[in-house]
Amino acid sequence: MITKRIIPCLDVKEGRVVKGIQFLELRDAGDPVELAKAYDEQGADELVFLDISASHEGRKTMVEVVREVASELAIPFTVGGGINSLEDMKRILRAGADKVSLNTAAVLTPALITEGANYFGKQCIVVAIDAKYDDSLGSWRVYTHGGRKPTEWEVIDWATEAVSRGAGEILLTSMDADGEKKGFNLPLTKAVSEAVTVPVIASGGAGNASDFQEAFEQGKADAALAASIFHYKETSVMEVKQYLKSKGVLVR
Amino acid sequence: MIGIIDYGMGNLFSVGKALERLNVPYLISDDPDTLKQADGLILPGVGSFYDAMALLREKGLLDLILDYAKSDRPLLGICLGMQLLFDASEENGFSEGLGLLKGKVKAIPPQGKGGESYKVPHMGWNKLRFQKRSVLLDGLEEDHVYFVHSYFVDEMEREDLAASAEYNVEIPAVVSKGNVYGMQFHPEKSSRLGMSLLKNFTGMVYEKESLR
Repeated sequence: MITKRIIPCLDVKEGRVVKGIQFLELRDAGDPVELAKAYDEQGADELVFLDISASHEGRKTMVEVVREVASELAIPFTVGGGINSLEDMKRILRAGADKVSLNTAAVLTPALITEGANYFGKQCIVVAIDAKYDDSLGSWRVYTHGGRKPTEWEVIDWATEAVSRGAGEILLTSMDADGEKKGFNLPLTKAVSEAVTVPVIASGGAGNASDFQEAFEQGKADAALAASIFHYKETSVMEVKQYLKSKGVLVR
Repeated sequence: MIGIIDYGMGNLFSVGKALERLNVPYLISDDPDTLKQADGLILPGVGSFYDAMALLREKGLLDLILDYAKSDRPLLGICLGMQLLFDASEENGFSEGLGLLKGKVKAIPPQGKGGESYKVPHMGWNKLRFQKRSVLLDGLEEDHVYFVHSYFVDEMEREDLAASAEYNVEIPAVVSKGNVYGMQFHPEKSSRLGMSLLKNFTGMVYEKESLR
């Protein structure tokens, strides 16, 4: 049977990884390639690079980073952030990324999902969704622009729509849980995972190894993503996997 | 020299980079005359079966592959490239394949016998179960490799199956018949085991070359 995936996420700005990363004694803690290799060695199943560059120059640098990472890494990786057109997707995928992740652009121009899926295959197109609980909606609302702008979309409606348009995977971030380290948002994760036919990556809130177990068992997630707990050495991918294995969760 | 067939589909870059890490010389080409000279051929591929066959035909690569398979030099299909080696596919109706191996490509059933549901694409790390001896598996142990696909090969000859994985149905993962080989998963994205599988393939290519 297929195993549950553990995915570290790296924020890249102008070609360098930001947020200090402390888990290894690296020569250069900001080098995306070095960090990617280190996570590979720890047993990461996949990596996500989020380009948070503010400038056009920074975006161009990202293509170089992707090319270098692809040369060194023998596990799959996804690139997100600032991908707004089919041309952007081509640039990143041709540089060697396995998947691209669309967020705001997918909400603004849903046809972009279909365009990408038709050109590269669904498996290359990840739709990232930032969701926050909304009392007036009685459910979770989808936000864009890095969580700054509320949309009209309810999360299940949008996730279903994205999949029907060709998304091959959903990267689901709970804005309520993000940064709290109190565990993934299980009701949200479960609701989306059961509503769509493609794999769902849970994101936001990982604090320790048992949070991952809950995301898989109660949240029904296919994969779980975390950034700071791995970066700041609070736990390692290997530790999380050993824990999951001891609890009977299938991992690589 | 290993030839990677460039017919406009699939991530040629990552396969090439994997060969570079193994220090194996390769060329990427869509020219039948160039590819004909290669000591081993790799047919990669991501996307739709029908489009892939149309492109191979259009670029005159179909005959090249069929002729190449008749030589004793190794041919390896990866992911969609493996599926293309078989008789036919049900993807988008019906498309004829290369017919080098017997079997039919079908959609992975999203529901199990007990009503449980399976996400499609089959995406992620799954464990290989070795089914027969094969040069590709020499010296290797059963471990996980990275799959991304929505279709699988059904009704194939048991004797051509070298390794499989379970995902609702038995997924043929490594196939081999004579000098024709296939991998449903992405060896270039499958960490150590993936690199070892590619190393076994390229090792065989050069062993055969030295015998010629």
